[in-house]
Amino acid sequence: MQLPAKMIHSLFLVNSSGDIFLEKHWKSVVSRSVCDYFFEAQERASEPENVPPVIPTPHHYLISVLRHRIYFVAVIQSEVPPLFVIEFLHRVVDTFQDYFGVCTEAAIKDNVVVVYELLEEMLDNGFPLATESNILKELIKPPTILRTVVNTITGSTNVGEQLPTGQLSVVPWRRTGVKYTNNEAYFDVVEEIDAIIDKSGSTITAEIQGVIDACVKLTGMPDLTLSFMNPRLLDDVSFHPCVRFKRWEAERILSFIPPDGNFRLLSYHVSCQNLVAIPVYVKHNITFREGSSQGRFELTLGPKQTMGKGLEAVLISSQLPRGVLNTNLNPSQGTYNFDPVTKLLSWDVGKINPQKLPSLKGSMSLQAGASKPDENPTINIQFKIQQSALSGLKVNRLDMYGEKYKPFKGIKYMTKAGKFQVRT
Amino acid sequence: MEWANQLCENRQFGSKMTDSKYFTTTKKGEIFELKAELNSDKKEKKKEAVKKVIASMTVGKDVSALFPDVVNCMQTDNLELKKLVYLYLMNYAKSQPDMAIMAVNTFVKDCEDANPLIRALAVRTMGCIRVDKITEYLCEPLRKCLKDEDPYVRKTAAVCVAKLHDINAQLVEDQGFLDTLKDLISDSNPMVVANAVAALSEIAESHPNSNLLDLNPQSINKLLTALNECTEWGQIFILDCLANYTPRDDRESQSICERVTPRLSHANSAVVLSAVKVLMKFMEMLPKDLDYYSTLLKKLAPPLVTLLSAEPELQYVALRNINLIVQKRPEILKHEMKVFFVKYNDPIYVKLEKLDIMIRLASQANIAQVLAELKEYATEVDVDFVRKAVRAIGRCAIKVEQSAERCVSTLLDLIQTKVNYVVQEAIVVIKDIFRKYPNKYESVIATLCENLDSLDEPEARAAMIWIVGEYAERIDNADELLESFLEGFHDESTQVQLQLLTAIVKLFLKKPTETQELVQQVLSLATQDSDNPDLRDRGYIYWRLLSTDPVAAKEVVLAEKPLISEETDLIEPTLLEELICHIGTLASVYHKPPSAFVEGSRGVMHKRLPARTGSGESTESPDVGTAAGGSAPEAAPSIIPSQGDLLGDLLNLDMAPPTTSGPPPPTTGMQMGGMDLLGGGLDSLMGDESEPLGGDIGGSPAMGAGFGAAPAVMPASLNAPVGGGLGDLFDLGGVGMPMGAYIPPKIVWLPAMKAKGLEISGTFARRAGVIQMELILTNKAMSVMTDFAIQFNRNSFGLAPAGPLQVLTPLGPNQTIEVSLPLSTVGPVMKMDPLNNLQVAVKNNIDVFYFSCQYPISMLFVEDGKMERQVFLATWKDIPNDNESQFQIKDCHLNSDAASSKLQGSNIFTIAKRTVEGQDMLYMSIKLSNGIWVLAELRVQAGNSNYTISLKCRAPEVSQCVFQCYEAVLKN
Repeated sequence: MQLPAKMIHSLFLVNSSGDIFLEKHWKSVVSRSVCDYFFEAQERASEPENVPPVIPTPHHYLISVLRHRIYFVAVIQSEVPPLFVIEFLHRVVDTFQDYFGVCTEAAIKDNVVVVYELLEEMLDNGFPLATESNILKELIKPPTILRTVVNTITGSTNVGEQLPTGQLSVVPWRRTGVKYTNNEAYFDVVEEIDAIIDKSGSTITAEIQGVIDACVKLTGMPDLTLSFMNPRLLDDVSFHPCVRFKRWEAERILSFIPPDGNFRLLSYHVSCQNLVAIPVYVKHNITFREGSSQGRFELTLGPKQTMGKGLEAVLISSQLPRGVLNTNLNPSQGTYNFDPVTKLLSWDVGKINPQKLPSLKGSMSLQAGASKPDENPTINIQFKIQQSALSGLKVNRLDMYGEKYKPFKGIKYMTKAGKFQVRT
Repeated sequence: MEWANQLCENRQFGSKMTDSKYFTTTKKGEIFELKAELNSDKKEKKKEAVKKVIASMTVGKDVSALFPDVVNCMQTDNLELKKLVYLYLMNYAKSQPDMAIMAVNTFVKDCEDANPLIRALAVRTMGCIRVDKITEYLCEPLRKCLKDEDPYVRKTAAVCVAKLHDINAQLVEDQGFLDTLKDLISDSNPMVVANAVAALSEIAESHPNSNLLDLNPQSINKLLTALNECTEWGQIFILDCLANYTPRDDRESQSICERVTPRLSHANSAVVLSAVKVLMKFMEMLPKDLDYYSTLLKKLAPPLVTLLSAEPELQYVALRNINLIVQKRPEILKHEMKVFFVKYNDPIYVKLEKLDIMIRLASQANIAQVLAELKEYATEVDVDFVRKAVRAIGRCAIKVEQSAERCVSTLLDLIQTKVNYVVQEAIVVIKDIFRKYPNKYESVIATLCENLDSLDEPEARAAMIWIVGEYAERIDNADELLESFLEGFHDESTQVQLQLLTAIVKLFLKKPTETQELVQQVLSLATQDSDNPDLRDRGYIYWRLLSTDPVAAKEVVLAEKPLISEETDLIEPTLLEELICHIGTLASVYHKPPSAFVEGSRGVMHKRLPARTGSGESTESPDVGTAAGGSAPEAAPSIIPSQGDLLGDLLNLDMAPPTTSGPPPPTTGMQMGGMDLLGGGLDSLMGDESEPLGGDIGGSPAMGAGFGAAPAVMPASLNAPVGGGLGDLFDLGGVGMPMGAYIPPKIVWLPAMKAKGLEISGTFARRAGVIQMELILTNKAMSVMTDFAIQFNRNSFGLAPAGPLQVLTPLGPNQTIEVSLPLSTVGPVMKMDPLNNLQVAVKNNIDVFYFSCQYPISMLFVEDGKMERQVFLATWKDIPNDNESQFQIKDCHLNSDAASSKLQGSNIFTIAKRTVEGQDMLYMSIKLSNGIWVLAELRVQAGNSNYTISLKCRAPEVSQCVFQCYEAVLKN
């Protein structure tokens, strides 16, 4: 009698051309023909990212994520929380990236045995076992060219012989006995602004997704506290498990024993209710005349509320209507490119000089005789602002307890565009 | 060719370093070769061979034939090799059960190894080998491992019990493993607890009636303790387990909620959603007037919003669940409409879900925004999405009555685009709008008829035919139109055929003389030439009716149809309750009952939300009708003829019952006698609302308990005038001519002593929509001053100089110059205290000087600050009463018209004025340069020089400043 199995049953990795290049079964083997349902959905989807994340089949459910142009397709047989599966898949992707530097089909194939060992270690009978990168690294050493050579010579292995120390401690995210000659703790405050700006330039929605990523290389068991100049900004926050929530609630101070290495300390969300400054504006005039085979295209960019910092790495992209055959545009700076097949216009602007605003002007040629396109292109803007967090979030101080040495500390701020869209 | 050789070598070198070499062997006899290598004496070669076997296995090649050879490699002290062999065993033991027995001895030995890692690995692997013969040998090692001194082994063993149960449930019960597992819930290590919970939950799923997870307050307490310390995955198991518990009373419920809420800030979205599930369920037990209840409601919104900024797959699952949550508790996300606005590069599955939720959250307050968005979406490229957007416009019309007209005109605009599928969708939804609001929008039928030819989809054709039939008497050529459809009758889909039959019969009943032939034709087509039983039956029924009793036919066919309900696609309440108990699961994604998700479903228990069992004193009846009716008995009959509607509204809003809405003061009851009835209704409510406000705000009983009731009073009262006889109330007799904006007198900001001889005085003004800082610079020093420049610190409203300070000539000793500096409001923003504080730095050739000044906030009032009346009404009720503040202006001797025109000069716009018993009430709106709206109610009593002003604003911190402006403007 085969009973319905709980949790993740199998995992298939599918590349962009639709080939399964790896499969892993934690319970009994599920025939890879189950993926046919996935391929059907893939065919139906107009874009690779439009494949629905949950697909029902007669006996299973397929839950997939698309990362690095690889579909990670998990097979489950009965009621399992889909977010649980998706979060786990994300963890798998992160682990691969952590181990192999990149998460590509080639990298996975190059390290297939390690991949297999990792997957086995991460899930037992469908229950997540060890998903923290520092625990995994104690169990299975990441491959390096040097280690491969050394192992070949000495006959030693990639597999740790010791029980990972973090696995059962109260701080499972940190191993004991960490040692560095240079003790350093760096924090990056990175904010992404998502916004929709309407035709007339007014803001429809604007929100900031912020994260604080840390790179902490400190000896021993340091206990850190991080305080902010303006913690009130953070009313919607998600923490790394290391953060002591009670302390945050009571004092608005982040107190934690950090994991070793790179990790995301917290992510936060500043929504439209608070004031979200819009750092860039676009003046646009994109017009098609009825009965003419020409259209006008004019775009000018300028800085708005940038807190005195410059806009860098500005990149404009826009999906022009299907009727546009080609463009003849003239950028005042940077380079532009129009792909007549995908109709994607992209303009690499670079830095914006407030004294000399960049513009892109010219004409578009349309299919002769075709009617005027109905849809208005949306303009997508990417940019970066160095040394500034748009929300105004500022770290006040970072203190270390529990260890005697003096670490190097550093905080960096950056703002960039997330999904920043201007409708025309 | 040398480069080619080199490349070849490189590749070889490259492949030697990685596992990809295992993929390269494609030649025949591969298995044979591997066999030889597996049996090699050299350890290294053996390991390489096992790796090759594993690699082949991962890509789906069948290497089961190597089973005995691989098992032979198991007896090794090399941990990596051992692991690899275990991997292989798990995959193939099932197909080679006899061979698998060979491995048992090694397993049993490994279960007693000194290294806990090996003990755990062995017990874990054994559990994965689904071979009956092996499971018999598993029991003893498993029993030991469950009591192992090392928690790592214990937690692994806990999972193994579930595995074993999956293979042989009877064995697990006979061996008493279930009891051991239950004991592990009290283990000292949180990870062990979490795994024990996970294992028990899994086992319990196949034993619905067993009392395995015997949850009682003690065990709940243990789980809650473990919750704080275990891994994120363990937290999910524990939270899902908690969700099955039913607390004894509201106190226990609250204490669990309190301990679960910190999980809402977890980075793992699955933890967050599981926590939301627990809270949504246990909240049901909390009395709604409890402070904690509203605190909890507020806490639920941010994490749900945060889920929407995650990866699209997570968003999708989150959105499906939010869809349930907004149906159950719309109040949680009612202010978060904007996060559901669609970005053009969202994946289609996210777009469609967002759209659905937008409609659910649509209300009178936000409908303008929603419609603007929907119209935008209707011009996008993706056909599915465009269709759904058009449908959404129709649904908004049905849901928010006030917006119906705007929706219809938007739909007509869209029909004008002539985009085929847009037109068809629009016609389908317009049919629904007709059904909801009969005899209101029929004027658009002509436009619809113009598009008859472009309809090629059955649903749109059927909708159009329905419209023609239903309104046949108003369409001159209805018979021609229907006849044109009749030509291709047999090629139409059933849906269209049925509709056509009914429409022609309707037409006949309305215009019997001209259409006899047509009806004959359709009846014979339906009954004689069709083999569709539904169509034939309907045809015969109509025929019989028409021939025997035309009057009865009229009664049947032209009967008045029930109006369609507000939201047709709401999930049925019992299912919704069950789904709320399953938030985060597949059931919640598919909105289907959980029993549909268990294969060979074995007695699934249906979960229900717990009922409220109060321990406290909260005794008020949840029945709104009795509560409201009972509290104001003597006033009820005379005041409000529309009281039923009012109660209806309250019920619909699904808000807390107004606990003790105090009887309206008798004076108001009296004064209304002479006025028209509807007006009276409004009066009393307004009176109700405002009079106790004079005293204190929060404490007034009429405001209802805490949140729910108070806003509910407002919409009901204000809805009435919109359509009814109260229009005149808002008819302004005529606001006097606007006067110029108030400009405060200049004051000295920077005395000369503090600035090496430079004195600065100034003021702020708004002239023709431009904010100006007007400065007088006086040089009281002995030397000439040059090179003036000015800068502002960040401030609350982003004020910044729009240009340089225009002091072109040097300023000689004792000279004075007046400069006017235009300001913009796009500078960097930082909240100041007080709000209107501005820190300024002025530089000249001598030094830099700093001073701070306060600007009247009135200069930020923009010219387009006059709000639409209806928007005003909606906004007023939408802003929570907590945001209302009240002030007194003393000694002001203006009458209300003079005040109004004076205020208008400063862009404070009077929207409506009404007079009650000599007291003038002015309703006013103000818009700040950063888009903040302030709504005001100014009460002026003739003969009383004290004004009362109530300000409502989403950003209540500006109220104080706004009040100061009122005072300044009115008194100058």
